[in-house]
Amino acid sequence: MATAAAHQPARTQQHGAHDGTAGATGTEDAHQRAFDAAVAADERIEPRDWMPDAYRATLVRQIAQHAHSEIIGMQPEANWITRAPSLRRKAILMAKVQDEAGHGLYLYSAAETLGTGRDELLDKLHTGRQKYSSIFNYPTLTWADVGAIGWLVDGAAITNQVPLCRCSYGPYARAMIRICKEESFHQRQGYELLLALSRGTPEQHAMAQDAVDRWWWPSLMMFGPPDDESAHSAQSMDWKIKRHSNDELRQRFVDICVPQAESLGLTLPDPDLRWNEERGHHDFGPIDWTEFKEVLKGNGPCNEQRITQRRRAHDEGAWVREAAAAYAAKHSTAAGHGETGVEQA
Amino acid sequence: MTNTDWPLWEVFVRSRRGLSHTHAGSLHAPDAEFALRNARDLYTRRGEGVSIWVVPSTAITASSPDEKDPFFEPAADKPYRHPTFYEIPEGVKHL
Repeated sequence: MATAAAHQPARTQQHGAHDGTAGATGTEDAHQRAFDAAVAADERIEPRDWMPDAYRATLVRQIAQHAHSEIIGMQPEANWITRAPSLRRKAILMAKVQDEAGHGLYLYSAAETLGTGRDELLDKLHTGRQKYSSIFNYPTLTWADVGAIGWLVDGAAITNQVPLCRCSYGPYARAMIRICKEESFHQRQGYELLLALSRGTPEQHAMAQDAVDRWWWPSLMMFGPPDDESAHSAQSMDWKIKRHSNDELRQRFVDICVPQAESLGLTLPDPDLRWNEERGHHDFGPIDWTEFKEVLKGNGPCNEQRITQRRRAHDEGAWVREAAAAYAAKHSTAAGHGETGVEQA
Repeated sequence: MTNTDWPLWEVFVRSRRGLSHTHAGSLHAPDAEFALRNARDLYTRRGEGVSIWVVPSTAITASSPDEKDPFFEPAADKPYRHPTFYEIPEGVKHL
């Protein structure tokens, strides 16, 4: 059996037991009721529990997209590792990029508990059948972009992810708790980096402002389409996969960023941005959803580059995976024949 | 060749001496030694552990969620297994 007993989706077992029997529909109804009751009571759904097929499919789609985003997100930042301005910044950036790889792995593991293999997930990324966040299709043109990504992109990600720590699917929620703890460092290092530039020479200040100008709007798009156009939102809220709507989280993010930008001594590129006393929130200008859709369709500045590099990294790593598997096979054979001691001697 | 050939391992981390190992997550690795090294890089990047166990996921036998209620039933109706079940006169100490 390929799948671990601990993760084996219950669905397979139930289908085996009930297919073709008169009681199948009744059992299905009972399962649905148990599932609905667990979600309503804010309990977590675990891998071997029965769950509706659509719930499973939605989770696989969302967790896979999330995992892909983490590993594709390594590219724009890794672009600056060799050119970091100091050893301190270089060490920080390497640690951050390594964290992103780790986050990808936590999430792939969570997706696998739903019965979809790692290979299948990577294959769907490489062939464009599963997506990653559009934000990573923008280029990192200057060192200040590393700061803007940390502050704005990771900041938006945290705003999105904190509620996911209470997601109804246990393995996803647990992965998010781990990720959120680590993201906090990412956001703070970015903010500190921008602050250093903002308080530096006029050229450095201008570089920081330029980066914020380019990353602000794409960061707001990270929350997804407006609520009335979001295809999956309502169902995901019912299932308690999502806890807040796209627009609600976007508003929260804007409200958090405005004072942070002031402390940085930088401006946000939106002439319509102002405090609305009545709403108790900041009003902000219209988002260019045409741009969002174009990037999503594959016409962003770096779509082609990101996926090509991802495929190349996978192909060029093939010999390492083969060597490791061959080494493992050789040693398990040796152990089987009781020759391990000889080899080690 | 791809990851398909790499088995899944469950990772347990002891966060500090005196505590038991706790399930941290899972990962793929070709053998136990790689699983340990990968687990170190994946689950203890910030000093989260002083000891790691890796166990092939296939070696774990789990109770079935379908039998959840009957399986754990015997524990449900035995409140006398809890100290709070017993009434002790007020003023009695060290009990």
